[in-house]
Amino acid sequence: MNVIFVMLPLALALAGLFVFLCLRAINAGQYDDLDTPALRAVFDDDEAA
Amino acid sequence: MSPELATPVAPPGAPARRAVEALACAHCGATVPPARRSEAPAYCCSGCEAVAAILRAQGLDASYYHVLERTRAGDAPAVPARPTERTYAELDEPAFQAQHVKPATDALARVELYLEGVHCAACVWLVERLPRVLPGVAGSRLDLGRQIATVTFDPAVVRPSQLARALDGFGYPVHPSRGAVARDARRREDRAALSRIAFAGAIAGNVMLLSFALYGGAFAGMEARFEAFFRWGCLLLTVPSYLGPGRVFLRGALGALRAGGVHMDLPIAIGLTAGMVGGAWNTIAGAGEVYFDAVAVLIFLLLAGRWLERRAHRRASDAAELLAALAPTTARRLDGAGVREVSIETLRADDLVEVRAGDPLPVDGVVETGASSLDLSLLTGESAPRTVGPGERVHAGTLNLTARLVVRVTEAGEDTRVGKLARLVEEHARRRAPIVRLADRLAGRFVLVVLLVALVTVVAWALLDPARAIDNAVALLIVTCPCALGLATPLAVSVAVGRSARAGVVVKGGDVLERLARPGRLWLDKTGTLTEGKTRLLDWTGPDALRRDVLALEAHSAHPLARGFQDAWFDELAAAPQATACDGAVTRGEAGLEGAVAGRRLRIGSPAWVLEASRAPAWAGPWVDRQLLQGRTPVLVAQDGLVVGAAAFGDRVRADAVEALARLRARGWRVGILSGDHPDVVLSVGRQVGVPPQDCLGGSTPEAKVERVTHDLLGGPVVMVGDGVNDAAALAAATVGIGVHGGAEAALGAADVFVTRPGLAPVADLLDRADAALATIRRNLALSLAYNLVGATLAVTGMITPWIAAILMPLSSLTVIFSSMRQGGRS
Repeated sequence: MNVIFVMLPLALALAGLFVFLCLRAINAGQYDDLDTPALRAVFDDDEAA
Repeated sequence: MSPELATPVAPPGAPARRAVEALACAHCGATVPPARRSEAPAYCCSGCEAVAAILRAQGLDASYYHVLERTRAGDAPAVPARPTERTYAELDEPAFQAQHVKPATDALARVELYLEGVHCAACVWLVERLPRVLPGVAGSRLDLGRQIATVTFDPAVVRPSQLARALDGFGYPVHPSRGAVARDARRREDRAALSRIAFAGAIAGNVMLLSFALYGGAFAGMEARFEAFFRWGCLLLTVPSYLGPGRVFLRGALGALRAGGVHMDLPIAIGLTAGMVGGAWNTIAGAGEVYFDAVAVLIFLLLAGRWLERRAHRRASDAAELLAALAPTTARRLDGAGVREVSIETLRADDLVEVRAGDPLPVDGVVETGASSLDLSLLTGESAPRTVGPGERVHAGTLNLTARLVVRVTEAGEDTRVGKLARLVEEHARRRAPIVRLADRLAGRFVLVVLLVALVTVVAWALLDPARAIDNAVALLIVTCPCALGLATPLAVSVAVGRSARAGVVVKGGDVLERLARPGRLWLDKTGTLTEGKTRLLDWTGPDALRRDVLALEAHSAHPLARGFQDAWFDELAAAPQATACDGAVTRGEAGLEGAVAGRRLRIGSPAWVLEASRAPAWAGPWVDRQLLQGRTPVLVAQDGLVVGAAAFGDRVRADAVEALARLRARGWRVGILSGDHPDVVLSVGRQVGVPPQDCLGGSTPEAKVERVTHDLLGGPVVMVGDGVNDAAALAAATVGIGVHGGAEAALGAADVFVTRPGLAPVADLLDRADAALATIRRNLALSLAYNLVGATLAVTGMITPWIAAILMPLSSLTVIFSSMRQGGRS
């Protein structure tokens, strides 16, 4: 069970990385507008044609 | 989705549909007035026709109507588009550019524009197709909630005014988005709140995992070194959450204490601190219980609850800011040399200003030369244009529609009517006393009781078993930390606000529902609120055959009354569209018009003007008087010098008004009418909807409305329901201001609540819903207090353990969540 002394800090470091990425996404503005992107999903991709 | 493209969905307006829905506008789906039913795709107004033509010319029409069809909620017609034909020249001024146009990349610039009238997926789609319409536009993004379009463009190719004209052409009038500083601050706040939730959430999850190991250890036994390791892990994880995101509650509690009040944050901060300090002490000492999981989860849940509540009424736009944006910032001054574009600040009284057709008026003043019609809808919410000529007063913020005017300045900038109204709105919004919310009132007593019980616990256990005194008191403070209590209001409010938004009632403030708890006075504006705000034919006396002749003559007039005739007698028009020829129709200004129809001279107009040249039968005089008494506009029809017919026009009371008012009164509200219209008209409408004469106040200026509302506030809560900018200040001053469907956007900005479907029933629905929400808040508070009572009893008797606390807390929060979801009221 001594492995827990290594695994736990490792797991927490991994969690920390994800928290950091999430904070970066928030501050890059990805969560600024939570309504409009949902509507864009219904548009057909006619631009590509 | 290529299959859908292969079988193009017919836009509403294609032949197959037209047969069925001949009366629906091919663009917005509103009813098409008969006068406009001749051409193949019928449009309800020139605005829709213009927008549809632009869409067709750009090849955007099929997809636009496709998106509109797929996303339209129910059968509600879209808000009619209203291109304004403004030039937007002010957007090209260096002053505007310096303030609003920001560099995006080396070659591209970016500008944020506030769009009026965007409301659905099809609007998003259309605005974001701007690059296809205008060369030089690199991208266009619409934020629907904030109504802000961010356009990236190449300033060397395209100017901001062209962007604005293109968006206006789609039917979305553009306002420079002022208050960029305030908006940036809000954006930073939002991001900070989300970051706090993310951080607190991650920590809560991880602390919970470690705590499960500790619970396991508590039952099955655990080596001391593992237990110490897990405890230290929890401590090291929880400290950043407490000092980081948790600081919100500590700061809130301190602020409330300093201000001498009590706030929900206080009991929360006490609980969090007790858990943190007690847990840290026990971890270092290596004995006693730790409650880190409770602390970490509390912080996360409470932050998430508050964020939900804030998000539920996000749409608020700064009212005063928008009002000021209605008037342009520059004017075209006439001096000896010619026309010069100058900023508003440099204008003085008696300067002459040129206003071209399509431009908004920059100042208040008197028309010097020229005759034109003005669109007053921004100022009053009134739909019919008003004709003006030399000597008449005109106001900033109205729109010059048809011809060039020269205006002698009387007031500019802040001193204009719009400027003063903006100040009034601001003043009253600021002065409004904040209400002490139910949960906060409860928090005060709650803190007192918990601290007293904690004191008793310490003293009692000090006598019984001194070693456990502090531990039990800490346990008490943490289990009574009001998680469910803190969530009770935000959850109930966000569910109620979300449901009412889906039902077409947008609530902007969290405390609005609580403000509506006690019934008081309810003032309704008349035009557009209680009535339809449109001129209609209400009464007609005369031979049926005459109708066709009247229509033939009225076809030559663009007057609102002419449209009233056409709307009412569509059947006659359809049966024999051009059967009756009309020669030499001449309009006599506002008085009426005359011409030869089927060989006879026909004169239609105001009684005074018609009677100048015609004899009247005995019934005509009393008939006219009776109509005037009812607040209607009488019109006489004379054939070859003899009055043969009479019509009365008026603004019809909304179909659901009587029933809605009855519901409001049944709730205990005292309903009255507060209108700028003539007192007789207001009295007549009051009679129709059952409002007693002493509560029908006509002839009220915007200032008088505010005065009335502030006066009534002394006696209890006041709700103001209105639609125009002339109501804006009263809306801001009232306990709750409600803006109704189709009102001026600035009035909606000043209101706490605005309604997106027509009629007064939504107002009554709102009061029902407020009642239901309040009942839910009370139920939630009672439930969470019951859990606290159980936890407190266990803690005082020394029977609580961390794992019992860890079960109690989420259980109480879940109960509150379910209770909030199940709240009654129509949805």
